[in-house]
Amino acid sequence: MPTQEKKLKCRKIVKGCAEAEAIVSNDPFCFYLIDPKTGIVIEKNHCLKGQSIANKVLVFPSGKGSSVVQVDGLYQLSLYNNLPKAMIVKDPDPVLVSAAVIMSVPLVDNLEEDPFTVISNGDIVKVDADKSEVRINKTK
Amino acid sequence: MRLTIEEQEMLDGKQGPGVQKAMELLVALGETFGAERMIEITRAHVALSGQEGDTYFCELLVRGGAKCKIAPSTNPSWDLNLTKYYAVTDKELELNRKTIDAYKKIGAILNFSCIPELKDNVPTFGEHVAFSESSATPYVNSVLGARTNRESSPSALAAAVIGKTPEYGFHLDENRKGTVLVNVEANLKDEFDWGIMGFYVGKYVGSEIPVFNIKNLNKYHLPEKMLYMGAELNTSGAVAMYHIVGVTPEATTLEKAFRNNKPKFEINVTDKHIKQTQEEISEKSGKINLVMLGCPHYTLDQIKDVAKLLEGKKVHQDVAFWILTSFATIELAKRSGYLETIERAGAHLVPDTCIDEPCWKSFEGGLGITDSPKCAYYRERRGQSFIIRRLEDCVEAAIKGEI
Repeated sequence: MPTQEKKLKCRKIVKGCAEAEAIVSNDPFCFYLIDPKTGIVIEKNHCLKGQSIANKVLVFPSGKGSSVVQVDGLYQLSLYNNLPKAMIVKDPDPVLVSAAVIMSVPLVDNLEEDPFTVISNGDIVKVDADKSEVRINKTK
Repeated sequence: MRLTIEEQEMLDGKQGPGVQKAMELLVALGETFGAERMIEITRAHVALSGQEGDTYFCELLVRGGAKCKIAPSTNPSWDLNLTKYYAVTDKELELNRKTIDAYKKIGAILNFSCIPELKDNVPTFGEHVAFSESSATPYVNSVLGARTNRESSPSALAAAVIGKTPEYGFHLDENRKGTVLVNVEANLKDEFDWGIMGFYVGKYVGSEIPVFNIKNLNKYHLPEKMLYMGAELNTSGAVAMYHIVGVTPEATTLEKAFRNNKPKFEINVTDKHIKQTQEEISEKSGKINLVMLGCPHYTLDQIKDVAKLLEGKKVHQDVAFWILTSFATIELAKRSGYLETIERAGAHLVPDTCIDEPCWKSFEGGLGITDSPKCAYYRERRGQSFIIRRLEDCVEAAIKGEI
């Protein structure tokens, strides 16, 4: 059966274009509580604890945590080539945006449909920030 | 965003690549959050940390010839004298030296305190500033009534270089009204309980503006209480501003806090919530190898409390007891006699240092105790777990060696 592609408009925050498997977090994200060597979330009580975000398209509601750790969290992931390929966020904050700008991780928000409804773990998602567009291919 | 001719030239690189990089970051933020223009700031605070990601950005600006227009105060990394006590690698030592060097070159004030808004760099009501350090930002907005966004360390540094910040968010009147009502029925004894309340509320409010309506308000140690609450609101959440009815300047009444709007939702905080949250985030009990206080940095009042509790006591031989604070507070503690009492009991004050630094690695793998959930949260990454208890219990555990 041919998979059906869904195309949605979004808003560009950080430029770039990437396609990868999606991983969806229902909890806010702090990139510092990730093991940079593996990309695996190590935060106690986090819904993605034990799962890797490395080289995936990360979908999450918002950033959280202190004002310096987000940029270092992403920087450390970059040293091991474990950055997310792109990020889709619902509610961006300045700390998150600064970190994504400095580490050049494509970042978008304002999808025309709720990303938590239309994207599931394992979907192949293409984030094209430059065209303000997200393409979703369901795998299940 | 509309830029002036000078601002556009900065963005185009006419004042060098360092200024250009700083401007690029500020414009990206301005465009994301709908700013129409840049506004001048009069103060900045940068959450320098000695972390590679942060130092990388500062060095990038320095190499590009950038210099701060507004000299920002700075957070701590770690005191180089600590190498006398604890092993650090050459690479870690080198990174710390590079950090201090880069921030000196860019023109920062090297006060190394994470609570500058209480002493070294205090904004006044209505002042437009750029403060990073997630425990300082809510204090500056809420308690002092100055105006800052929830800056990252790099965005605060960029604002210090340019002397401006994009006008959005908390710089504008309409974005400062309360949005969520927090009814506090709990009996909050001290700053520890306020911190736990902050952690609990932060989970539910995300980046909303909570308005705390506190039934039994005890104003003793109120700055420390608000400091602890702000720190934890930004450990479990991302809260740049809150109001406390009858306490903070933009919330003289409940109606004024909400600017006559209705709250989006309400949260109740009872004694049960405080107890449950503390149990949920803390390790249970056991033998400890470390007491760590001062996240955020301890104030002189708190150090006085520790001295009182340690008077005539001895810290257990298997336990290291460190209190993190500023060099100036240590000098005051020395003059006032608290330092002598604390050191006689076998505890230590350390200046210029954050909990989340490699100098503390000899304790990793063991169990520590702290009065700060924020300390426990960030130390988790470095493999040290913590029991989280109020100060009195931390001191008792230090003497017994276990809890």
